[in-house]
Amino acid sequence: MTIERFPVEESHILMFARAIGDENPVYTDPGSPEAAEFGGVIAPPTFTMAGMQFDPDAFLRPKLGEPWFGSASEPSGATIESTGRLHAEQHFEYHRPLVAGEILRAEERQGESWAKESKRGGTLQFEEMFVDYVSVDTGDIVVTARMVSVLPSQAVQG
Amino acid sequence: MALSAATLEVGATRTEVVLENISRTRLVMYAGASGDYNPLHTDEVYITQVAGYPTVFAHGMLSMGATGKLLTDWVGNGRLTKYGVRFVNQVWPGETLTATATVEAIREEGGVHYADFSVTTVNQDGKPVVTGSATARLDA
Repeated sequence: MTIERFPVEESHILMFARAIGDENPVYTDPGSPEAAEFGGVIAPPTFTMAGMQFDPDAFLRPKLGEPWFGSASEPSGATIESTGRLHAEQHFEYHRPLVAGEILRAEERQGESWAKESKRGGTLQFEEMFVDYVSVDTGDIVVTARMVSVLPSQAVQG
Repeated sequence: MALSAATLEVGATRTEVVLENISRTRLVMYAGASGDYNPLHTDEVYITQVAGYPTVFAHGMLSMGATGKLLTDWVGNGRLTKYGVRFVNQVWPGETLTATATVEAIREEGGVHYADFSVTTVNQDGKPVVTGSATARLDA
């Protein structure tokens, strides 16, 4: 994942806040006293995940002219090996609040990978990744994210 | 209103219902806002006929995002310095999520006061779906 330019915008934060069920005015109302404290609406704690919208290669978004693995007239439009990769862990470190109007870039670092046997998911292949979300204007790291994903060898039971 | 180190106590706890009767449409909302369009979360034909699950399930990040509401409602806006979780069970349409945070430690580092929290979110049957921890900056 490489994101050169992730503009953090009011309307995007509003949609994200509605989706997670947190309509705190600090996220949804730029005219509120809550937002005024920060000079604008701020991003909810998990918002940087939406940087995926600005990754030109994001694997989990249908792209023009490319087969998509979800259904259309058939149950799957493409065979892709790792469609079943699941999210195992997510960690964030916040260096300061993220305010609408800022522009970030994301710098990714590969972490460890390991395997584990499980009754519910068969062989589990884990992968760790770090992402620094950096302010394009100031060069400071605003949020550091650490993600662990898992690819089970079978659909996870119960 | 941010929390104050002088009034907060280890063991203090807070619980909140953060998502009620989760609809498939909410999973579509989260997909659209986040850019995670994985059909596992929104495409019933794909998930039942290709992926082999009984129905679509929620993005882990929807549960983590909703759980964040409990934390920020308690510690105040823009106060979190750390927040991390494991996704321990899937969340299915129709489930209701209740998040609980507990103060594990109150400490001072370089003249700044912090509280460390444990966090657990359970479904309507009390089954944990998200477990983790968070740290927030406090007023003195």
